[in-house]
Amino acid sequence: MSERATPITRTEPRDEASEEPTDDTAPVTSGAEAVVRALENAGVEYAFGVQGGAIMPVYDALYDSDITHVTMAHEQGASHAADAYGIVAGEPGVCLATSGPGATNLVTGIADADMDSDPMLALTGQVPTDFVGNDAFQETDTTGVTKPITKNNTFASGPDTVGTDVSEAFALAAEGRPGPTLVDLPKDVTNGETDREPPEPRVPDTYDYQVEADEEILEAAAGRIEESNRPVMLLGGGVIKADATEQCREFAIEHEIPVITTMPGLGAFPEDHELSLEMAGMHGTGYANMAISMCDTLLGVGTRFDDRLTGGIPTFAPDAEVIHVDIDPAEVSKNIHADYPLVGDAGAVIEQLSEAVGSSPKATKWRAQCQQWKSEYPMEYKAPEDDPVKPQFIVEALDEATSDEAIVTTGVGQHQMWACQYWTYTEPRTWISSHGLGTMGYGVPAAIGARLAADDDQEIICIDGDGSFLMTMQELSVAVRENMDITFVVLNNEYIGMVRQWQDAFFEGRHAASEYNWMPEFDKLAEAFGAKGFRVDDYEDVSEAIDGALAYDGPAVIDAHIDPRENVYPMVPSGGDNSQFALSEDQL
Amino acid sequence: MTGELEGPAPEKRQVPQGRRNAQGIRIDPEVEAEREPRRTAISALVKHEPGVLAEASGLFSRRQFNIESLSVGPTEDPERARITIVVEEPDPGIEQAKKQLRKLISVISVTELPADAMRRELALIKVNATRPDQVAAVADMYDGTTVDASTETATIEITGSRQKIDAAVETFRQFGIREVSRTGLTALARDTEDTAAETPAEAQFDEPQTTPPEPTADDD
Repeated sequence: MSERATPITRTEPRDEASEEPTDDTAPVTSGAEAVVRALENAGVEYAFGVQGGAIMPVYDALYDSDITHVTMAHEQGASHAADAYGIVAGEPGVCLATSGPGATNLVTGIADADMDSDPMLALTGQVPTDFVGNDAFQETDTTGVTKPITKNNTFASGPDTVGTDVSEAFALAAEGRPGPTLVDLPKDVTNGETDREPPEPRVPDTYDYQVEADEEILEAAAGRIEESNRPVMLLGGGVIKADATEQCREFAIEHEIPVITTMPGLGAFPEDHELSLEMAGMHGTGYANMAISMCDTLLGVGTRFDDRLTGGIPTFAPDAEVIHVDIDPAEVSKNIHADYPLVGDAGAVIEQLSEAVGSSPKATKWRAQCQQWKSEYPMEYKAPEDDPVKPQFIVEALDEATSDEAIVTTGVGQHQMWACQYWTYTEPRTWISSHGLGTMGYGVPAAIGARLAADDDQEIICIDGDGSFLMTMQELSVAVRENMDITFVVLNNEYIGMVRQWQDAFFEGRHAASEYNWMPEFDKLAEAFGAKGFRVDDYEDVSEAIDGALAYDGPAVIDAHIDPRENVYPMVPSGGDNSQFALSEDQL
Repeated sequence: MTGELEGPAPEKRQVPQGRRNAQGIRIDPEVEAEREPRRTAISALVKHEPGVLAEASGLFSRRQFNIESLSVGPTEDPERARITIVVEEPDPGIEQAKKQLRKLISVISVTELPADAMRRELALIKVNATRPDQVAAVADMYDGTTVDASTETATIEITGSRQKIDAAVETFRQFGIREVSRTGLTALARDTEDTAAETPAEAQFDEPQTTPPEPTADDD
């Protein structure tokens, strides 16, 4: 399990011993070479993509590069793989596609990265400049289509400037609040002659962001923390992206402030620490939702107060003065008014706060109250022996069988929520999921991207649902071809389970288009792909399948047939009051 | 279905006392104070390059900001253009619009124009020329210029505040209006004050306003 397979690119077979050393000083001769040189300058090791007409010059330039290209089965897979690579590596993942359908297939992954502020660079081929606007073969207005879902995009205007375009796009994807950027590359630009070397990655002049928060507001916020009696820290995905996990942990522990995370914030604070109340929101724990509802001071760091977290705005933390730390001023007071807006980098601002806060809040009673909620609302699921296997049991068994550094990827739906609730996250960048966009099918390609960014001894576990798995399982072909050590676990209930749960709660149990009642045998499909297949029908199969899949050196798929009736609780209905979370269907 | 968990039911739990309004601001539940929209002009200095206008207007429609007019044109610097946008939103919305606009990479700076800023709009009003003397008299009343005249039509150019042009259009109605074309508002700050200066770092952060400023009065 611990050994990572060496990825091999079939398109560019390479013998390490006989390979000629790449001469990085060889001058570029074309736009395409400038594109690849810009990537090399940025330290890019991997790129995910699919070949095609308009992007061919770039691929031709990649042929001579040390960058390892991973050919995916579908461009959507390339964008999700690049996205997950970016999350784990902390630097932009790169994906490539041709014009038209290649570019539009990337769109879901770009939108996903945009919603979750993941660093990603997309390079798309485009028809030659003279053809643009004439509805040429495989022409799509890619910059037009992706404008609202990128941090920035650029239409490359000539071979002399295309290297700069790519360098800037790479830097922009990573700096400040990360996000996806895109450079559209017309074929005449990449084929065109140039000897212009691209500059080192640097953001455009007009891009700027604040690192340290305003001192006056900071002092006021520190005072508020000192005076609070019911404080809570809410850590979002921004904490992990800013590498501010250590600063936040130290601050919370020093001042004994209970900590809640958002879903993207899982791993920002160790969930086995007594101050941890785990995740709040729609399917958050009862104790996190009670604490966030009753707190008098909410220190939100790197969170955009998404509706899945807040529930209804009128009832969200209604007694709390909000201190909001975020690098993007447009997130401050967007959904929830910030009484203390602290615009800046999460790590820098928490360090500022650490210095400014003189005395810890007097919150002994509050901490005792939080512990009481923990005992009142345990996450203990019922697992009668004659019931089919409970999905929560499988998630817990996987967690126990793997290291603390193991990385979990998921699709979207019930399985994703169980993976949030029943896996104990302790380290940042070990939880890789589609949060904001909610993209079913994210898990399989994300596992491939995560595998290449992770250390060799980190296990990669894709916890998927049957519906999600069916959407992108063709990427198994990549995992097999590249001999990637990944364990895929399909929590199979033959339903679009989350939709079924909502239909039970809000549509009188009318299961419109949510029942499959039949699924292919995923273990056998895995074998057909060349992966190892396992099947779970009973509790006694669970440990054997998990041990077997983890021990197998290569991709393994566990088709786990779970109790199809199981629903996810606690649950706050959309727009509901977090303190009124339901523990069963009759409370909805 | 299964999956239920243990714990006190919703009605047996502590409940918080406060509430927030739709804009996420904590309020006294007794006084449900929703903010009233106000009209204001936002000026943005942008890079003069293709797609900037589409980017700005796309942003406003995507985020459901209510815009009344949007005008764009070159500036003294050939590499810069100025966009003037009139929005009608409650205060948090205006702040949000400014912040979102500033985030666009092609936008250099964003300012909300002060109440005393110079605001002008141009309108071309084409009317029936059956009573040419009276048309000329009305045009005179609004400092208008006749830019085209024929036996059947007269086209008058009027420049001024929104209210002045509204009033002119109303008055010309008696002759029978054939067509009207208006540019939307363009504006500059008075005297030495910069309208939208190149100060990216400082311009980024505005503390949310807790009290709405005085309503902006158009001049003229």
